[in-house]
Amino acid sequence: MSVRKIIELDNIRRDFQVGEEVVHALRGVSFSITEGEFVTIMGTSGSGKSTLLNTLGCLDTPTSGEYYLDGISVRTMSKNQRAILRNRKIGFVFQNYNLLPKTTAVENVELPLMYNSAIKADERRQRAIEALKAVGLGDRLEHKSNQMSGGQMQRVAIARALVNNPAVILADEATGNLDTRTSFEILVLFQKLHAEGRTIIFVTHNPDIAKYSSRNIRLRDGKVIEDIYNTNIQSAEEILATLPQNDED
Amino acid sequence: MNITNLFKIAMRALANNKMRAFLTMLGIIIGVASVIAMLAIGQGSKISIQNQISEMGANMIMIHPGADRRGGVRQDPSAMQTLKLENYETLRSEARLISSISPNVSASGQLIAGANNYPSSVSGVSIDYLDIRQLKVKDGTMFTQNDINTSAKVCVIGKTIVDNLFPDGTSPLGKVIRFNQVPFRVIGVLQAKGYNSMGMDQDAVVLAPYTTVMKRLLAQTYLNSIFASALSEELSPLAVEEISTILRREHKIKEGFEDDFTIRTQEEISSMLNTTSTLMTTLLACIAGISLVVGGIGIMNIMYVSVTERTREIGLRMSVGARGIDILSQFLIEAILISITGGLIGVIFGCGISLLIKFVANWPIFIQPWSVLVSFAVCTITGVFFGWYPAKKAANLDPIEAIRYE
Repeated sequence: MSVRKIIELDNIRRDFQVGEEVVHALRGVSFSITEGEFVTIMGTSGSGKSTLLNTLGCLDTPTSGEYYLDGISVRTMSKNQRAILRNRKIGFVFQNYNLLPKTTAVENVELPLMYNSAIKADERRQRAIEALKAVGLGDRLEHKSNQMSGGQMQRVAIARALVNNPAVILADEATGNLDTRTSFEILVLFQKLHAEGRTIIFVTHNPDIAKYSSRNIRLRDGKVIEDIYNTNIQSAEEILATLPQNDED
Repeated sequence: MNITNLFKIAMRALANNKMRAFLTMLGIIIGVASVIAMLAIGQGSKISIQNQISEMGANMIMIHPGADRRGGVRQDPSAMQTLKLENYETLRSEARLISSISPNVSASGQLIAGANNYPSSVSGVSIDYLDIRQLKVKDGTMFTQNDINTSAKVCVIGKTIVDNLFPDGTSPLGKVIRFNQVPFRVIGVLQAKGYNSMGMDQDAVVLAPYTTVMKRLLAQTYLNSIFASALSEELSPLAVEEISTILRREHKIKEGFEDDFTIRTQEEISSMLNTTSTLMTTLLACIAGISLVVGGIGIMNIMYVSVTERTREIGLRMSVGARGIDILSQFLIEAILISITGGLIGVIFGCGISLLIKFVANWPIFIQPWSVLVSFAVCTITGVFFGWYPAKKAANLDPIEAIRYE
């Protein structure tokens, strides 16, 4: 079985100039992620995980080292080229959902496709509806973002990350704002997407989440200190079944 | 990124904040509406002044005796006797650029009819005077050339005279009124014209054959003035030149010496009055223009605040693949949509206010098509100009910071 390398990091360094001093946020990070992996990246604050996430998400470019996203070198790309690359290859899921206010679920999910002129209005809507059905919100298409619960909003955000059929989904503390039960619901969804063969990178400081992913990378002081493949993936669905029902649902 | 999508994005963003969009528009609406209304008022008063002037007479040329100055001393034109009846006759037969011409001699005194009397002057004129001053005989007839030849004691009177001498409403036609002991038979009544723009009652007139006034009332051989009408407004300056040439020849004035008469045209009076109304229009337009600029600054202000308020949204759009130019276009289109919509509403409001003033306050109003076009164009440019800076600021945001902005 041939495995496609989605992400390839080769000795990534990222320095920030803060006043007189140079801060080394990343000090030579190298790893690669193949198609279909569910990787959790952990680290305490200041470990460089946010910088790594920005780099992986093509929001930032490394000071030195090479980064290949789906075989494309990112380091020398211009701002606009990276914007287009993000539009086609990456789906973001944020801790605070970042949905457009007073906007329906479908319109929120359509957003990435609005910036891709190759996709016509009919197809855009069709794909947005499919993505919402895939996250279990087929009955909430026209609900506005302020009429939804946190879990529902995060599902919309995940649907938005899926709609452009990205090479990798980048989740930044995606369960950080949710209660335990809703967190597990979202984890179940991520595991389902993983089972469908999607590549997911989940950045978090919560060590428990590592149990549900296929691989865990730990960062400290800008370096990878641990990179373990999880052979015993726990099912979030089973844990969810043991949890008491939320009153509000 | 295609433009249709950008429009959709901008429309959705505006629809999400209808109140804010409306308040932003308000400045533009008021600006455009006031520009249109002010210019309509200005132009309306200008046209009404022009109408009043043309009511005074058609392309009228007035010839008075005496120059403005002679030997350094200013003189009273009415005291001068240089304008003769022969001059009138020569002008009538020789001047090609005038359509009508009438001498004018004026005698003042008291009019008496039965128990009523009224102070007035009698103007001795020819039949052409009606055309020159745009007067019409409402009842009865104008005196004839035969009346002029025989110095007949007949007159045509205006409404003010009728009202004062015949207050009981009886028809003055055929009645005899006396002016300085001389009896005149009323043969016609003029149609009322009202007051002119300089506050003169145009109905307080008594017209009689000039021969009658000269021989029977004043016993003088000179004229107070000559009135004429140029063939057209454009020919008016040439007609003035022609009259001047003929009069200089008749008065035997040598080359290099000053005229002993003064010729004034209606254009001079109208241009003098126009200056005033143009000044007023300019002033009004300036005030309105300032409010348009203030409206534009309102757009900039709101757009600027809106960029800060929507930093997270901008960060999100960037992270899902919006380029700087996409963000710039979105905010610019929002600003332009606001200003164009505001402009449209402003045009409707401006026309509405103008019509309201016309019908309620009864002011003369004329909405100029160009003022609508110009203010509409200006508010679009305002939108682009004042929308540019906030849009540029939005486009230059760093997506990493924007997405985590609290």
